[in-house]
This record gives sequence, C-alpha cells and structure tokens, in this order.
Amino acid sequence: MPIYETVFITRQDLGVAQVEQLTKDYSKIITDMGGKILKTEQWGLRNFAYRINKARKGYYTLIEMDAPAPALLEMERLMRNSEDVVRYLSIKLEAATEGQSAILNKNTQTEDEAA
Amino acid sequence: MSDAPQQQKKTFFKRRKSCPFSGENGQSIDWKDIRMLGRYISERGKISPSRITAVSQKKQRELAVAIKRARYMALMPYVRTEMEYAPRSSEGRNFEGKSYGSREGRDYNNREGREGGREGGREGGYRDRPSHVANSNANADQ
Repeated sequence: MPIYETVFITRQDLGVAQVEQLTKDYSKIITDMGGKILKTEQWGLRNFAYRINKARKGYYTLIEMDAPAPALLEMERLMRNSEDVVRYLSIKLEAATEGQSAILNKNTQTEDEAA
Repeated sequence: MSDAPQQQKKTFFKRRKSCPFSGENGQSIDWKDIRMLGRYISERGKISPSRITAVSQKKQRELAVAIKRARYMALMPYVRTEMEYAPRSSEGRNFEGKSYGSREGRDYNNREGREGGREGGREGGYRDRPSHVANSNANADQ
C-alpha cells in the first residue's frame, strides 16, 4: 500500500476537542478501509499567510498513513463535504518519515518572532 | 550591487556556489519546512531564480513544487505587499496619506514605484552579460 500524508485545515472557531474528534473520525475511516495510521500531528492554531474565506487562522492537522487509494479518496470526499475543513492536501510519499515534521520543530521559534 | 565591480576584480575567476540540495549531505526539500523554503523566495513572495540561489535545475523544479504546496496551504504568501514586509514605512505613509487624500491610492502608487525600481535593477544585471554570473555569485555569498 502506498504511503500518504494529508494535512487539513479546520475552522478557527472549532475547539481543540472538536478538531481531535474530526482527526479521529478520519483516522477511523482509513483503518476501517484497510489502512494503517503511521502518525498524527496537531500543529495547533496557525496564522494563514493570506485570508481564506475571510478567516485569518485555522487549526492544522497532519495524518500520515499507509492506506489503499480508495480509503484516501473516501477521506478526501468527506473532507470536501465537511463545512469544518477549510482546506486539505494529500501527498504520496516515497517512504515513511521519522520524527516530527519540520514545521513543529521550528514552531516555537516562529511564534516567538511573531510576538 | 554597487560594490560588485570591486569584488569582480579581487576574485577574477568565477566561483561557483554548489547546490544546497544536491550531493550526499544535501538538505531535503519538504513543503512543510517553511523556514527552509523562506530562503528561496523574494521579499515580494516570488520564487528566487536559480541563477541567484545556485540551486540545480532538478532541485529547482522540486523546490518550486514545494513552495507552491506551501502556498496552497497558506503557510506561505502568494504575494506579499509592501505594507506587510515593511511595517515601519507604512506608518509613515499613513501620515502622508491624510494630507494627500485617498490612502489606498497612495499605497498603490508607492508599491508600483518600488517594484518598478527593483525590476529595473535586474534588467541592468542582464545587460552586461559577461559579468552577471559573477554578480549573482557575489550576491549569494553575502
């Protein structure tokens, strides 16, 4: 099975608990359809570089998975239908990644700069 | 830019900077690594040409895809206007703007003038072809 990573942005006015619930829901779809979740990351509330649907911030979540293509397509379909998901991006990876993604390692630094 | 001819005299031979992504210990290109990607865009938000950053052709293509992905996910801007990257000058303009009438109109004029000036500088680089490789290297070294 190919390895995919999906990053999706959820609306700012959702609570952290709701975002985690969404992440669980999507993970469940993947596992139900024969996939395996390799990694999930909550990037937290981040500022957008530009306004999306008049919003300036959103919650970012990353899911890395080893899943069949239909499972990914189903998850993407649900994201498209969901009002809470502002944007999503799925990419096929060459190999599973190790450790945190680059954005998290430097997250604290960038936030310090912004403040 | 003004000290470029001087540098050219000191180091007469062309010193080619190698690609930061190629080779065994080259950095990996990841669209999520916005700090790394940030080094390869101009202050306007445009992707820097490889003749300035010395990225190889193959890696430049990968880099462009990575930057575009980061832009789509709002990690990076498609365009950054002058107001965003120079907050100090925008304050000054607000004072002036009051006396000149429409603030937005003035912003627009200012931005145009600045961007135009920069493009002009680049064209100068193109004109003297033989030295432009050395010029761009001098810039990259700084």
